[in-house]
Amino acid sequence: MPRTTASAQAAKPPVSGPAPDTGGRRLPRTLHPVAWWIWALALATAVSRTNNPLLLFLVLAVLGYVITMRRTEAPWARGFKYYLYLALTVVTIRVTFRAVFATGITPRDHFLFSLPHIPTPDWYAGIQLGGPVSLEALLSAATDGLRLACMLCCIGAANTLANPKRALRVLPGALYELGVAVTVSLSVAPQLVQSVQRVHRAKRLRAGRSKGLRALRGIIVPVLEDALERSLRLAAAMDSRGYGRAGTATRRSRRLTGALMLLGMCGLCAGAYGLLDATAPKLLGLPAMGAGAVLCFAGLRLGGRRITRTSYRPDPWRFAEWAVAGCGVLSAVLLFANVGFNAAELNPSIYPLSWPTLPLVPAAAILLAGTAGFLAPPPAAPTRAALPPQRTEEPK
Amino acid sequence: MITFDQVTVQYEDTAEPVLRDVDLTVEEGELCLVVGHTGVGKSTLLGAVNGLVPHFTGGTLYGRVLVDGRNTAEHPPRELADVVGVVGQDPLDGFVTDTVEEELAYAMEQLAVPPATMRKRVEETLDLLGLADLRHRALHELSGGQQQRVAIGSVLTAHPRILVLDEPTSALDPTAAEEVLAAVTRLVHDLGVTVLLAEHRLERVVQYADRVIHLPGSGRVVSGTPAEIFRTSSIAPPIVELGRAAGWTPLPLSIRDARRAAAPLRTRLADTVPPPVRPAPTSGRPELLTARGITVTYHGVPAVREVDLTLHGGEITALMGRNGSGKSSLLWALQGSGPRKAGSVAVVTPDDPKPLDPRKLSAAGARRLVGLVPQTPTDLLYLESVKQELDQADTESGVTADGIRSRTILDRLAPGIPDSTHPRDLSEGQKLALVLAIQLTAAPRVLLLDEPTRGLDYRAKSELIRIVDDLAAEGRAVVISTHDVEFVARAADRVVVMAEGDVVADGPTTEVIVASPVFAPQTAKILAPLPYLTVAQAAATLTDHGTDPAS
Repeated sequence: MPRTTASAQAAKPPVSGPAPDTGGRRLPRTLHPVAWWIWALALATAVSRTNNPLLLFLVLAVLGYVITMRRTEAPWARGFKYYLYLALTVVTIRVTFRAVFATGITPRDHFLFSLPHIPTPDWYAGIQLGGPVSLEALLSAATDGLRLACMLCCIGAANTLANPKRALRVLPGALYELGVAVTVSLSVAPQLVQSVQRVHRAKRLRAGRSKGLRALRGIIVPVLEDALERSLRLAAAMDSRGYGRAGTATRRSRRLTGALMLLGMCGLCAGAYGLLDATAPKLLGLPAMGAGAVLCFAGLRLGGRRITRTSYRPDPWRFAEWAVAGCGVLSAVLLFANVGFNAAELNPSIYPLSWPTLPLVPAAAILLAGTAGFLAPPPAAPTRAALPPQRTEEPK
Repeated sequence: MITFDQVTVQYEDTAEPVLRDVDLTVEEGELCLVVGHTGVGKSTLLGAVNGLVPHFTGGTLYGRVLVDGRNTAEHPPRELADVVGVVGQDPLDGFVTDTVEEELAYAMEQLAVPPATMRKRVEETLDLLGLADLRHRALHELSGGQQQRVAIGSVLTAHPRILVLDEPTSALDPTAAEEVLAAVTRLVHDLGVTVLLAEHRLERVVQYADRVIHLPGSGRVVSGTPAEIFRTSSIAPPIVELGRAAGWTPLPLSIRDARRAAAPLRTRLADTVPPPVRPAPTSGRPELLTARGITVTYHGVPAVREVDLTLHGGEITALMGRNGSGKSSLLWALQGSGPRKAGSVAVVTPDDPKPLDPRKLSAAGARRLVGLVPQTPTDLLYLESVKQELDQADTESGVTADGIRSRTILDRLAPGIPDSTHPRDLSEGQKLALVLAIQLTAAPRVLLLDEPTRGLDYRAKSELIRIVDDLAAEGRAVVISTHDVEFVARAADRVVVMAEGDVVADGPTTEVIVASPVFAPQTAKILAPLPYLTVAQAAATLTDHGTDPAS
């Protein structure tokens, strides 16, 4: 015991006592995950407003800047490049479809190339395959795709910047079980992959068939049995560690919670129907939606009250959180306000074909969102020295 | 602290109750060792302490279990979480979160401990178990011993009065096991925690126990001091067997006590030559497998570095070394199914004058040269009954009607396994025998076993020794990777020790094992400098000399 403390202290200064984030906002700490989500969703909302490729590229640049400044070394924080690949795929698919399912060409369009026309049967008459493709069609498809891609990247940025497991902890108490289910499945997935690899490797030892249904069975059965046994042991472990301890809920309050939630859901459904269907009576729209939301909220609060649980090192909500969430929301508000710029500049026309202009106020609004890159406190530096020598992976 | 009052546990699918009329009291601050063969109800007894039996497992519990004054009939496991902490065999199975610190806090969050107290307790527990420099690390990248310490810490933060540990070291190498057991004894001595511990490898823990609960089978339970119980119990560590053979009273339980008691015995044995543990090697054992310069790397990290190894027919080789020292990688590379970056393997076959490399053959061909039983033998089992598995093995190996069928092999290895049993319902030892039979159907002359002793009790280990003895007698070369030094002392002709991918020692068992203070079996430690390795040797010498051991 004395040996271990001595080595621990030698490795790095003791960090016991208050959390390292009390001194000021520049001390390294992780930002509240909800702040990142508000920021990213607000930016996505702002993006939905514009079609201007210059603004969209500016958004991508801002996302890139903030992520490089404020991401951690955790596994989930290395995923942004996959969102970029996904974005690229979205744009490509969009453009390809537009070219293949051609919509024809008008005399005003610039002819680009022509694909062989494939005649479609009569009953399929609405859709045309192949034919001439214009520059305008491709450009509008590309900017549309780019907008969607930008929104995807905003979500990706939120996932990269905020620890998904910590974000789940923000869920109201009544939804705690849902959060645990997600957390557990997140940690079981890699084990399942490992299990598949192990069994696959072991199959060769028996020289069983390596193709076909029987071979699949040879992998699936051991893996599933393994997973099932593992989850039973996990359930037992969680039970012995106090998961699901009943609080002070009475039968009456449990019933009340159930009734409130059910009514609230009904209200939400009716409200959504009323809002979406123009022929529905006006009364069904917003009021039903509002009532449903209130009932659901009350149900969640009541349900949350019976759960007695505390949270270890909860994320604080301080100035930095206000600042980051605020700058995101402000940029969305600016883009929707239509003040100081011509709304047409947000969605430049491709007729006549011209280079889009960069409207000043929207550009400034998007740059404002980029200030999150230095408004947020720096993330805690990974303690490289404490990292172990890499374990060699042995086949297991 | 814990009281069992006329407890009987009956599961629906068995005719006989697992536990029958158990009366048991465990006092506060005791380290209580639960011993018994596999399947006699150790886990049931431990599970009953925090109510997992019968609340979680099903079955019926008659009688009364009182834990710190609470009846488990009225309190499900979650309501007992603040009194009883449970740690299982494989720590990874019980982890809910993904970093050390959050895992330590999890139980407290469930118990609604105030955040300030939580913070303090996490820091204390980190220090208590020596985990402070691992606090932010992900759980899956820790070593086995560290993971098990985190698992213990994660239940300790709830400040339980009782700690239940079900074979906490069976998945660990000796160093990691020492690490965990040291932590446990510290908890008993410094904090007065009551510990209930089940363990197969008694030699590791017997000296720490205050009380032993022995389950002889038949559902009864005998409890008493270690010296009382081990005088007659059917399972005992080598130190106790030696004590019984030499007639020592009271029975010594630690190496130190035994060495002091053994002084007269050592004088008496001084001029004797111990009988060999295994028949002396006949000269001219054929070289069956020759490996040169085997190198295995994973993502550029070398796991095995230029290892040369020659295996002879009729020889049993034990492969030892820490977890992660490259044992498994070497075995897989020798078999040809695992990766091999460089080097060559040549296996001599009776049909072919030229030695063959299993890597260059098909899976079926490689299997006829070298058989490998992996660490998790159940990975190879996927059918519904033992018979289906065996028939499948016959087809896969192309056994003709007049050849030796897998059923015959299995009956020789482990007689009496019914055809209709589901492979998952077999005991660990039987599963091992089944997979071994499947691999032997292809009649390989070289057989590699990757950690077969994991989870086996003393009886199953003796069975395994008999099996590998027979295989060697048939002229096969057998390699067993294991951490179990007592097993090696009884079973192996030759020991190869690996560290960081290199072979650091290779020689006859007597020389390699006795030379190392860590690796030496208990008998060797007690009788050093005499070259005795096993209790059987000492006992045989004593009878040969006709001296009354008790005198």
